[in-house]
Amino acid sequence: MKTKDIGVAYLVEKFAFFMLLVSTLIIVVPVILITIIIIQNGIGGLTWEFLTENPRLGMRAGGIFPAIIGTIYLVLGTMLFALPVGILAAIYLSEYAKDNWLTRLIDMTIVNLAGVPSVVYGLFGLGLFVTFLQFGASILAGSLTLGIMSLPVIITASREAIGSVPQSFREASLALGATQWQTVRRVVLPNALPGIITGTILALSRAAGETAPILFTVAAFYLPRLPQTIFDQCMALPYHLYVISTQVPNIKPEIQYGTALVLIMMVMVMNVTAVLIRAQFRKRKQW
Amino acid sequence: MVNAHTQPSVKITIQNLSVYYDASQVLRHINCEIYQNEILGIIGPANSGKTSLLRTLNRLNDRVPAFRMEGSLMIDGVDVYKKIAVHSLRKRVGMIFALPVPLPLSIYDNIAYGPRLHGVRGRKRLNELVEDGLRSAFLWDEVKDRLELPAMKLSGGQQQRLCIARTLAVGPEIILYDEPCSGLDPISTAKVEEAMIRLKKDYTQILVTNNTKQSARVSDRTAFFLQGELIEIGDTEKLFTVPQDKRTEDYISGRFG
Repeated sequence: MKTKDIGVAYLVEKFAFFMLLVSTLIIVVPVILITIIIIQNGIGGLTWEFLTENPRLGMRAGGIFPAIIGTIYLVLGTMLFALPVGILAAIYLSEYAKDNWLTRLIDMTIVNLAGVPSVVYGLFGLGLFVTFLQFGASILAGSLTLGIMSLPVIITASREAIGSVPQSFREASLALGATQWQTVRRVVLPNALPGIITGTILALSRAAGETAPILFTVAAFYLPRLPQTIFDQCMALPYHLYVISTQVPNIKPEIQYGTALVLIMMVMVMNVTAVLIRAQFRKRKQW
Repeated sequence: MVNAHTQPSVKITIQNLSVYYDASQVLRHINCEIYQNEILGIIGPANSGKTSLLRTLNRLNDRVPAFRMEGSLMIDGVDVYKKIAVHSLRKRVGMIFALPVPLPLSIYDNIAYGPRLHGVRGRKRLNELVEDGLRSAFLWDEVKDRLELPAMKLSGGQQQRLCIARTLAVGPEIILYDEPCSGLDPISTAKVEEAMIRLKKDYTQILVTNNTKQSARVSDRTAFFLQGELIEIGDTEKLFTVPQDKRTEDYISGRFG
């Protein structure tokens, strides 16, 4: 009886281990395949000309420079808007807000905002920024739309980073006669900043790749010249990729895959930066 | 209770103080006075309200949403909860925690943290305050050559004296110690106690301790708390030799607690 029990437990253990391994591989395999396929098909298209020139012949030749620049503008615009608002909201929620119905409602709103489909953000941006506030389809409207989409992630990551600063640090500071704001600025924020930056970069890399929110708010099919002000439209990599994959017949695949490759490289550079900042901070962290 | 031949001036007056966290009452109608320049030891088993009293004194309990108090608490006759802004109160009433809490800064910046909060800017003045603080806490000789070292690299006992130095640097009148030696070895403990005794001439100190012997060694007077009540307060020597209350006697002789 006893040996049989051990035998069953052993088999169950083996099976569980196998299923866990399979599940993990199911996550990893697509990532590797996507990377390999895109690199294989796109690397041939990656030339200096491709990165620095305007599209020509109805996108069938030339480069994707305006789309790269447009995406960079949009990421910067998103950051300028979402980072300060996100950090300040996170500070308010974790350090100042009392635990009452209003705070709980805000909490719930943030969680729900994170679940809103990105195309809905696009429609919202069209309604509020483009039409109602009359920004038109513009970098400003697109950045604000992407910013609002990024806020829940930035706020959640910032609150987590702020929450991981030990309470004892706050009490030590307060016990020396610091006001709450002094404590936030001198103790909490410096120690939470790496976590906040990491979370923000991840949110921005998400925003960089989004198509739906910029579809109605900023993205242009084709522009002969670069945007001059924040009220201009711009091209953007994800939308450009969509256009050349669906709207332009007889296009060379290395242009499509090359564009995808540039986009995922930008996103990966951002993600790796986030990981490096986090690793660097963990190494230096003394608590 | 008070020595007949001395007339100590009262620094802190506690009147009919009760403290609650939500429905549970942790301090019950406490009445006592704490004198200028004395060390008052507070002893008692766990959950007797010792730490709650300290955190009510410097209003750290304000951070606890469930906290509620009745009665009054005065420093130099001024009501702590009604007449003093909380951060200026805490500047006057320093606190040393059970576990040393060096901030993740250098030794120098830890000590300079408080003065900088309160507007001290000049490097020369800061240097003075850092040196004075560290000297008063008997840490100067051990760290004077490595002030830029992260404070967390110091040993536990050094960290606790760093915290004392940091508290002294903001110029408090009262220092609260919440079981300051609970994590320290006997030698470090002796150094902290030595610092406390030398600080008597300038500060009023309240020492909450789980170690009755520490109170006997260091404090002028001792108060015994049990389940939120102040059972007995008096000269340390008297309280430890001829306790007035049976429960005090049981506790200090180790029959419970």
